[in-house]
Amino acid sequence: MNVLEGVRTFFRRDQVFDFLIPDIPPDLDLTHGIILYLEGISVSFDGFKAIDNLNLYIDDGELRCIIGPNGAGKTTMMDIITGKTTPDSGSAWFGQQINLLKMDEPEIAMAGIGRKFQKPTVFEHHTVIDNLELAMTGDKRMWPTLNARLSGEQRDSIDEILNIIGLQKLYQDRAGSLSHGQKQWLEIGMLLMQNPKLLLVDEPAAGMTHQEMDRTAELLTSLAGTHSVIVVEHDMDFVRSIARKVTVLHQGSVLAEGTMDEVQNDQRVIEVYLGE
Amino acid sequence: MLGILALVTVLVPMCNLLIPQASPLHISTFTMTLLGKYLCYALLAISVDLVWGYLGILSLGHGAFFALGGYAMGMYLMRQIGSRGVYGNPLLPDFMVFLNWQHLPWFWHGFQWFWFAMLMVVVVPGLLALVFGWFSFRSRVTGVYLSIMTQALTYALLLAFFRNEMGFGGNNGLTDFKDILGFSLQSDATRAGLFIASAMALGAGYLSCLYITRSRLGKLCTAIRDQEDRTRFIGYRVENAKLWVFTFSAILAGIAGALYVPQVGIINPTEFAPLGSIEIVIWVAMGGRATLYGAVVGALMVNYAKSYLTAAMPDAWLFALGALFVLVTLLLPQGITGLLRKKEVNK
Repeated sequence: MNVLEGVRTFFRRDQVFDFLIPDIPPDLDLTHGIILYLEGISVSFDGFKAIDNLNLYIDDGELRCIIGPNGAGKTTMMDIITGKTTPDSGSAWFGQQINLLKMDEPEIAMAGIGRKFQKPTVFEHHTVIDNLELAMTGDKRMWPTLNARLSGEQRDSIDEILNIIGLQKLYQDRAGSLSHGQKQWLEIGMLLMQNPKLLLVDEPAAGMTHQEMDRTAELLTSLAGTHSVIVVEHDMDFVRSIARKVTVLHQGSVLAEGTMDEVQNDQRVIEVYLGE
Repeated sequence: MLGILALVTVLVPMCNLLIPQASPLHISTFTMTLLGKYLCYALLAISVDLVWGYLGILSLGHGAFFALGGYAMGMYLMRQIGSRGVYGNPLLPDFMVFLNWQHLPWFWHGFQWFWFAMLMVVVVPGLLALVFGWFSFRSRVTGVYLSIMTQALTYALLLAFFRNEMGFGGNNGLTDFKDILGFSLQSDATRAGLFIASAMALGAGYLSCLYITRSRLGKLCTAIRDQEDRTRFIGYRVENAKLWVFTFSAILAGIAGALYVPQVGIINPTEFAPLGSIEIVIWVAMGGRATLYGAVVGALMVNYAKSYLTAAMPDAWLFALGALFVLVTLLLPQGITGLLRKKEVNK
């Protein structure tokens, strides 16, 4: 009888072994209206503290500009959010439920965080349209990728993005032959194809003419609301044209936060930027 | 490319079997077997081009997968000898009798069946590539370090297979094969069959590589080659892409090895030599990377030159190979097929 009991408890239908429960990542939970929490983050490289007890909160749908002198830790912060660098301490949450520190780069990208690099990095040997196709949201496992075909809908969405980034005439050109500004646009287009909830945009205006800069500013402001956008930029005119809220980083932590005018009149910010 | 291959597949065996020896159109069995050997090399070159040209992994150890496939086939052929060996032992191959072994080692079981041997031709190189790739791609070893590791892998296998205790015939390897699937390996018809099989394997390998490189996965591979980090931030698992393409390439190399062995009649540890693996890379570089057909052209040309020169001027071959490599790198960075493509662009 004991054996029978054992078998019965082993095969109970109302319970599932732990290892059989599929590991479903939690959905993005925005009930508190905040999409990104960075709390008490520190990271050091060979004793140099690149990020020192950084606290930063980004609201859902916000467009936030981050400025700061060279070496303030802006790019390192983006590396932490996207999983390239693991911090020594602190926590990073995407919404209420998703712990960014436990995920690697592809997982974070699939969860809905897209990133544009400081130096435009596009796939130079591919055509513009192939670049966008690769970035497109969808199943990115290997077998589906091998058999993937573009559907009509997907073609339309690529055309739409081509229109937005103004490269519709150049879609068959190799990305390597584009100008610096066009590469910037293409990378922004790839970011849009990913359809992320949170966009990290590192120096989008570098190498652009004034007209292009205006269009970029327009695009970024139009994205805010439906997406959350973090922009790192050096060009103060550009920041002024898009920013509602500005965060100043200095030596790896937040120095000041507020509107552009508040920040510019802040005594500590003036010291950091202009020297005493 | 495929048209030429199909024509060769039909014509060469016909010229060998149907046209009488006196006719100038007759192709000797020796030439046909030589050509069949080249076709195996071409398949091997394609497999290297897939990982090097498209994925950016410079593998200096693909000879290992080729040799493993060859050994699997060799073990089947050894078991087919049966009691016709020098010592006449119905179960044990000659070298085991010579070493005074009483039992067949466990890993020699099953190789009396052709299907099992063919399965192993695919499984053994594939599994090795899978395990090797899983460890190295997950820990993000790239570039020169990975090349050196592949080199070390094939060298380690070379040393292991040289040992008599391994049970693969030591430095003599496996040889003295009699027949395959009941057909004598000495007969012209079997040789023609092997030639056709090699040509078909090359065709199928070429087509499957073409399918991969033209798919979105192929675009992803080139993207990984050029900007590995960027592809991660788009959401692709770079290590998985590398792992599967590398494994597929190893399987192709294994099949090439399995077809090579019955045509040359011997497999020994020198196939694992690092130098051999480097030579494959030279074929691909000469033919032109990332084109697939370039790899075929390179493999055929270099090996023809090798056969010709080692017969005509044995001392000059290595110098010629070196000079050819230097010239191609200096003057034709796109390889020989790069010339053709340049002409197309100029038109």
